[in-house]
Amino acid sequence: MSRMLRVEGRSVVPTAQPPEEAARLVEDFTPELIDVGAHHLCPGCGEPVAMRTALQVVEELELVKRTIAVFGIGCYTAFSNNLDVEVLQALHGRAPSLATGVKRARPDTVVFTVQGDGDMVNEGLQEVVHTAARGENVTCIMLNNGVFGETGGHMTATTVLGQRTKTSLEGRDAAAHGRPILLASLLAQLDGAAYVARGAVNSAGNVARTKRMLRRAFETQVAGAGFSFVEILTMCPTGWFVETREAPQYLAENLGVVHTGGVLKDALGESPTS
Amino acid sequence: MTRRLLEGSEAIADAMIAAGCRFFAGYPMTPFTEVLEHMARKLPAVGGVCMNAESELEAIGMAWGAAATGTPAATGSTGQGLSLMQESLAEIALARLPLVVLNMARAQGDYFQATRGAGHGDTRTPVFAPADVPEAVELVQRAFDVSARWRHPVLVIGDYYLAHTAQAVNVRALDVGRRPPTPWALDGSSGGTGGAKLVSFLGSAKQRDDVGYDLADHYAACATASAEMMSGIAPLAESAFTDDADVVVVAFGTPARYVGAAVRALRAEGARVGYVRPITLYPFPSDAVRTAAQGTRVVAVYENNAGQMVDDVRLAVMERAEVRFIGGLSLDSSGFGIAPDLDVAVMRRRITQILEETTAPEGRRGAATVATGGGR
Repeated sequence: MSRMLRVEGRSVVPTAQPPEEAARLVEDFTPELIDVGAHHLCPGCGEPVAMRTALQVVEELELVKRTIAVFGIGCYTAFSNNLDVEVLQALHGRAPSLATGVKRARPDTVVFTVQGDGDMVNEGLQEVVHTAARGENVTCIMLNNGVFGETGGHMTATTVLGQRTKTSLEGRDAAAHGRPILLASLLAQLDGAAYVARGAVNSAGNVARTKRMLRRAFETQVAGAGFSFVEILTMCPTGWFVETREAPQYLAENLGVVHTGGVLKDALGESPTS
Repeated sequence: MTRRLLEGSEAIADAMIAAGCRFFAGYPMTPFTEVLEHMARKLPAVGGVCMNAESELEAIGMAWGAAATGTPAATGSTGQGLSLMQESLAEIALARLPLVVLNMARAQGDYFQATRGAGHGDTRTPVFAPADVPEAVELVQRAFDVSARWRHPVLVIGDYYLAHTAQAVNVRALDVGRRPPTPWALDGSSGGTGGAKLVSFLGSAKQRDDVGYDLADHYAACATASAEMMSGIAPLAESAFTDDADVVVVAFGTPARYVGAAVRALRAEGARVGYVRPITLYPFPSDAVRTAAQGTRVVAVYENNAGQMVDDVRLAVMERAEVRFIGGLSLDSSGFGIAPDLDVAVMRRRITQILEETTAPEGRRGAATVATGGGR
């Protein structure tokens, strides 16, 4: 950091001379179950953190040999072909019905979906609601950043009021664009849903809490207790049009105050995990 | 097993189970509904799963998931429901998964959907069109075989008449040889090996270093596989009395039975008329139609729609004979595809009219008209 220059009040990396030492990998956070660390997600994106956390739970619960992940379509689909767990790729919004077919055909497997808010709440709301209502013994994970990140930051059904997107330029307005759907809150009301929680990956503490939620969700499935759901708020600085380093704070102050975190339902009945 | 009097819907359900189907998902819609009813009752009894899906979209999604585990699976609906399923059908073909899909159609307006559809992209879908219950029992089982062999969705198209007509039939498992192994099927066990399986319409190559999906390669490979499949499936047709026929009538499915009855009656009276019934709509039995058209004056096409298969007949005949459409949309007020025109007398009239026009020399035809007019 000592080599940083200040130019017109901003920090810049000097490029006129070679660095004192070459760049090196300080720490590799890639879990065992990701074959290749390379991905094309933007710097500051929360989805790789969420993905890593889910895979750590699969590994820690020793479910690797019986797990099938069903992927929706979004930025996170970049992970569908480099995981070392079995993957079934679904259409946008349709992962819960595929997961249902997998689980019913092979009840011995552990099945989880990875979907975004556009995928799960816009295009596929009916799928996840019915899957939860049936008490389908699968785990659905929603990565909620309140925008269609992959298309470049457009309004979804979870975009909060006031949030600027490319299709709500002055901020989401209730009269013009309607109000957001708070999916975890909706699903928690269904009898078939056994575990419902909402976490976030915008701080180390929240990542740790989210990991406990994911663990509980998978435990619910393994116990055969019914449908489990974890919504994870993730940063999308590109789609939010905010500086990368400001994205965690933006999440806390915007999405986080509407899609509030916590365990909404835990039918296994033991002590709450957060 | 002995012969039983079964409605088409029940016979089709029994045939699917005999073919090894152990997963079915559907959403009620006439005339598909009874197939779902029978599967809901029969499938659990053999250890299978039948799901009451919340829509046709979920029905095919559930079947897709089951198919990915290597479980012989099927779904179905009526043409409208099949329209909803088109996106999934296209992607299931690209994911290279076997799946049998029933279209218990209303009339025959789904010919284009069946033969040009299954959604977007460059793959083709085999289509079987049984005309009666025993044939449906056989073709449904062939559909499972073709689907498993080529890892591809296969359509079986029927209608209200097939679903609701009872015929004596012996449903027994067709001997189609050993099913191909399913090393691609998911069960979780390849996880953590460094080579976990991927079943995806985006391609099943795992990412290495910084190389992700190669959709152009995958789509091209799927199109090639689809073309190989099509050249590996023998087109099926039933032909009769075509050798010396002046007029050959082409029809498929239920209407073909009425056409066949009319043609046989006319033949018995000495009329030089024959018929061809395509049994596979895709691949279309072009050779059978072309052969039948040799030496004929007119190839007449009956369909209960505004004229769809007639395009394929024209492509097969290639102007060797005149192709005329003698069908037309015929529906009663139920909307279920019950056709007032499905009457042997109606078929006979339409075929007779063509025979009279084509066998009478031009000059005499005109003279007769004048004479008739003068006589009144």
